[in-house]
Amino acid sequence: MSDSKLYIKEMPADWVPGRDKQKVVSPEYMFHEAPREQVFITGSEAAREAIRRSNVDIAISYPITPQSETMQQAGYLYDEGYIGEYYRAEEEIGTMSAIGGSSRAGIRSLTATSGPGLMRGMEAISSWPGARTPLVLLNMCRVINTPLAIQPDNIEMSFLINSGLIMLHGENQQDFYDYTMAAFMISEQVDVTLPVSVSVDGFFVTHARGNVKMQADDLKLPPRDGWRSAVPAMDNENPPARISRDAPIQKSNFISYHMHASWQQEVFAATERAKKYINNYLGGIVEIINPDADVMLIASGAAVSQSREAVRQSSELGIKVGLIKVKAIRPFPKAELREACKNVKQILVPEFNQLGWLHKEVCSNLFGFTDAQIAPGPRVYGGMTMPTEMILEWLEEGRKDKPWFFQDPF
Amino acid sequence: MAHDNLTPSPGYLEWLPIEYQDLVNLGPYNREKKPKVTDMGKFKEIIEEHPMCAGCAMTLFIRLAMIAFPNPEHTIIVGTAGCGRLAISQASIPFIYGNYGDTNSVASGLKRGLDQKYPNQPKDVVVMAGDGGLIDIGFQGLMHSWFRQERFTTIMLDNEVYGNTGGQESGMTAQGQVLKMAPRGKVTGKIDAMSLAKVAGVDYIARIAPTNPSRVARTIRRAVMIAREVGPTYIQAYTSCNIEYAIPTGDVMQDAFDMEKERYGFEEVISDKAKAYLDEIEKKPAKKAKK
Repeated sequence: MSDSKLYIKEMPADWVPGRDKQKVVSPEYMFHEAPREQVFITGSEAAREAIRRSNVDIAISYPITPQSETMQQAGYLYDEGYIGEYYRAEEEIGTMSAIGGSSRAGIRSLTATSGPGLMRGMEAISSWPGARTPLVLLNMCRVINTPLAIQPDNIEMSFLINSGLIMLHGENQQDFYDYTMAAFMISEQVDVTLPVSVSVDGFFVTHARGNVKMQADDLKLPPRDGWRSAVPAMDNENPPARISRDAPIQKSNFISYHMHASWQQEVFAATERAKKYINNYLGGIVEIINPDADVMLIASGAAVSQSREAVRQSSELGIKVGLIKVKAIRPFPKAELREACKNVKQILVPEFNQLGWLHKEVCSNLFGFTDAQIAPGPRVYGGMTMPTEMILEWLEEGRKDKPWFFQDPF
Repeated sequence: MAHDNLTPSPGYLEWLPIEYQDLVNLGPYNREKKPKVTDMGKFKEIIEEHPMCAGCAMTLFIRLAMIAFPNPEHTIIVGTAGCGRLAISQASIPFIYGNYGDTNSVASGLKRGLDQKYPNQPKDVVVMAGDGGLIDIGFQGLMHSWFRQERFTTIMLDNEVYGNTGGQESGMTAQGQVLKMAPRGKVTGKIDAMSLAKVAGVDYIARIAPTNPSRVARTIRRAVMIAREVGPTYIQAYTSCNIEYAIPTGDVMQDAFDMEKERYGFEEVISDKAKAYLDEIEKKPAKKAKK
């Protein structure tokens, strides 16, 4: 066609990138003091607005449903100058490797993926913590194939649990907004220096609208300082000269066993050290409703919303049910759960996956610290929604002498 | 690593390992004239003691490359599993040793990151990986970094075998070669990576055997400089594996000469843009015009 619209946009010489017009504020001011206005937007839009205020230097990703909605919006942010550099990578191994590379340059790095994409990028992802690369991975949860499906289901999070990443799990659009911004700040703390993943349940959060209270868009978080880091940037500006030789990393066969062991210990110790920042920036690593209830729901992600409704409807029936919202899966709020559950009689763990990875976490961390019976559910998966009635039915069953879900075999 | 970054505070130097002291005092940095490959043995090289096999041609090539880097104090090397990394990691150049076959993806993110962080200080990113790491497991990342016109140099240390895992055939192994995992001889031919680079629009492509140190140095320098200013560059270097190919240690260089003659002759493919740039930087001082 003669009137072809193919073009590569050249920015005019006097163009001022959007983020150059924003004012840097401290994370404390941004998260706790800055005035907020409420808007009604999708989770993907909430993520976009969080990215806009996060002073992001580079965003690299590969399209996959339901993540693509967010990362194409990141493209518009790049066009407006709120992100310094941006490209669509070849696939997820390429994406996760490249974002690890950009983080090593000492710049603030963002990527995002969903279910099968996470699986594809897993080799690179699981090597980020050991390389001590601060970056943020947004994970819009989706069923893992096969059979092929694009439905929401957070089974993929079970693969991240023991990879050394810090894992936040957002309940709704507001969490997706707040956790994303906080994730950058947590990730880049010197005593943390680790990648942070922010997971939300796909579609339920990403494509649905919710109320989000946002700070003004002319504010941004402080930039990353690549040298203020447990392992400084690989920019050839830091002694010792032989980074690979003198520091105990990247030596393969030459690394001693105890050095590798202590390196692993240090990674997982660093995830624990992140807890104080999570407590500060997210207003606590757990949220507890009705702490004195005998029956407690423990949930993370979108299952928290359904659980809240179950707590409310139970109270209308005159039954007190408690709820613990778990905001971080790594570090796991072990001490907080032990304290909150020491006098609880019964625990239910509603989840959006078949495996029950949160149930397993709850069981292994509470073992020996509570006399409560811990029910393996309720669970939905494969893309199902969880009706509040389902939780209410389980609560009702739990009040019977011998609930079926405590019978053997289950 | 600029020389002043490398130099410790007064009083500390004597407590550092002798090889570090040598690097500060006798290294290639901060000199009026950068040492050349012909100066080998007369200065402290960037690469330290290494654990490579006796007579390894790959090691020679890596040493030459490191001498040739136009700006080693602002160079970062990206590698992957394979023999090369055993030597590369002993150099006083930051070495990112990532996952299998991730080099060109890592280098893409790294280079863009460094460009953003240091807009006024060119940082040279060089991928140095084996034939298997690049053409087999790293193929997708390699090709896409070229298609995206990423500005870094890719050097394939082509020993035509998976040396580090014990001698299995690779995509770059010649047809008919008997190796592990090719017990009846490799069925298919050597992948034509040179042509792939041409199709992908790489700005500087060179095939070379380490027979002529000065030519190796010039090729490396050209590739790094063009990657800095023009676009992607690729060097495919024959670096024989004398162990898996059973080349007697004393015959390693003869093998390189023979291979060069037979099927690994020096070849350079330079894009017009790169040629114009080379003309600019390699221009000899004007001689007196003859009448």
